[in-house]
Amino acid sequence: MAKTLRDKLIPYTFVLPALLLLALFSLIPIFIALIISFTGLDITGLGDWSQIKFIGLQNYTQLFHDSAFLQSILNTGYYVIIGVPLVILLSLTVAILINFGQNRFFRFMRLVFYTPSITNTVAVAVVWTYMYNPSMGLLNNLFGKIGLGPFPWLSDPATAKMSLIILAVWKAIGLNMLIFLAALQGIPESLYEAAELDGAGWWQQTRHITLPSLSFSIFFVTVTTLIGWFQFFDEPFVMTKGGPLNSTNSVALFVYQNGFQNSNFGYAAAGSFVMFTAIIIATLVQFKLQKKQQGI
Amino acid sequence: MINGNKTAVRNGKVAVGAILLFWGFITILPFLWMFLSSFKTNAEISQATQNFLPNHWTLDNYKRLFIDSNFGVYLKNTLIITLFSFMGMLLNAMAGYGFAKFKFKGRGPLFILVLATMMIPGQVTMIPVYLILNEMHLTNTLAGIILPGLVGAFAIFLFRQFMSNISNSIIEAARLDGASEWYIFWHIIIPISKPVLAVQGILTFIGGWNAFLWPLIIANDQKYYTLSVGLQLLQGQHTSDYGLQMAGSSFMVIPIVIIFVIFQKYILQGFNVQAEK
Repeated sequence: MAKTLRDKLIPYTFVLPALLLLALFSLIPIFIALIISFTGLDITGLGDWSQIKFIGLQNYTQLFHDSAFLQSILNTGYYVIIGVPLVILLSLTVAILINFGQNRFFRFMRLVFYTPSITNTVAVAVVWTYMYNPSMGLLNNLFGKIGLGPFPWLSDPATAKMSLIILAVWKAIGLNMLIFLAALQGIPESLYEAAELDGAGWWQQTRHITLPSLSFSIFFVTVTTLIGWFQFFDEPFVMTKGGPLNSTNSVALFVYQNGFQNSNFGYAAAGSFVMFTAIIIATLVQFKLQKKQQGI
Repeated sequence: MINGNKTAVRNGKVAVGAILLFWGFITILPFLWMFLSSFKTNAEISQATQNFLPNHWTLDNYKRLFIDSNFGVYLKNTLIITLFSFMGMLLNAMAGYGFAKFKFKGRGPLFILVLATMMIPGQVTMIPVYLILNEMHLTNTLAGIILPGLVGAFAIFLFRQFMSNISNSIIEAARLDGASEWYIFWHIIIPISKPVLAVQGILTFIGGWNAFLWPLIIANDQKYYTLSVGLQLLQGQHTSDYGLQMAGSSFMVIPIVIIFVIFQKYILQGFNVQAEK
């Protein structure tokens, strides 16, 4: 049966609306961003396109002489290096603990740990800002009762980054715990039974059965968490605006501030491309490491 | 020996349960504190040490959200955006079906292109998308807030996964009966896809309710603010009015928690990422 032209076009009517929107708001913008990162586009260029000047690599060279940008790279590196391992370690621990039992209590705890993940970042950031308040916040009150503190939390450059990390880790545990839990429940019971007969203790079983069986989910969580932390934005935006003294500013927030507060669109686009490159490199490294691990 | 083993297992379970209970309490503590503080009077909340429960329960903070602040408007905008994101979900479902059940020129490359958009960080696209919307005269409009987030690659991917498993014979049979492709999609595919629609529907609601970055960039005018942008503004304007801030946060968090608890069994089953074997 020969297909008519009409039949040939039908599949496209299903996929085209979504594809056009993705092209317009995801793919084409990449190229526009790349082009404007070589221009001095600002608020005047926005109104009158003839005012836009190509300035070559000037944005990029300027970025690497901009102490605020360099600081934001260091801060983002700090977030990634501390935050990503913490998220993986803690969500894996919670998943293993919850996997101990199947009854109502353990199912309820799964709900409890997942809740922070679905709630609005702005709302929880507002709540944590209140809890971090040095004089009337909950945390210093509680620590004061056991004779610790008061801690400056968000108001001191030395502790502010860590305070943001604590909040973000708290929020990230739930989703990753679910991913680990799904993988844990897929490990055949017979493996553990055999190990038990061989006299392997709990820790040996965890090291030689549980962790190797989880290698794909650990890889998945590492990559998605890494990408997420490279784009760390909501928490510093709501809680510290990048301060005090730029100590919590992230690259993503730097891009936002330059683009939408100072209207330096070209400069901000260049900053966003530096971030994009870093994400791609980090992801590729992860894929390489994963391949190497599987090869052994 | 066997008995001793059983007791050891039970003791181990109790110990694990105790650790989880303590850790879980710490996890949930910020929400308890937020919710209880939202009923405290301003005088009480500015004291250095406070009781956990309010001394005098008051709904004053919630009233002020709607009278002093524009939470009614923010709520309306958020609901409109959420409603439209359900239309986006249908576009995702259509695309998922197209990729799952039709053979057409360019299907493979186009699908890879869709997946590739998942890797693009929001910060790279936010400036060009703003410029595009500006050219379309859609900045500072609800349409401008809705359009960029309408479709998503991950949702298309999940719809395709589910719909690939629908048997071809049902579709073929309907075609032989003379049903049009659109009839098949609406009357056969959509009803079969209820499980994936349930998960996507809940995630769409949560996503729409929590939308922050696009409304923040596109809306210059308070009358287009969503709840999260409004809450962020409120924090800036009423820096030390923690009662009001906690009421605003509760107003955003509690509905999502309720929806989540009701529909949890649909959400919790959707997270198996193990590689297909």
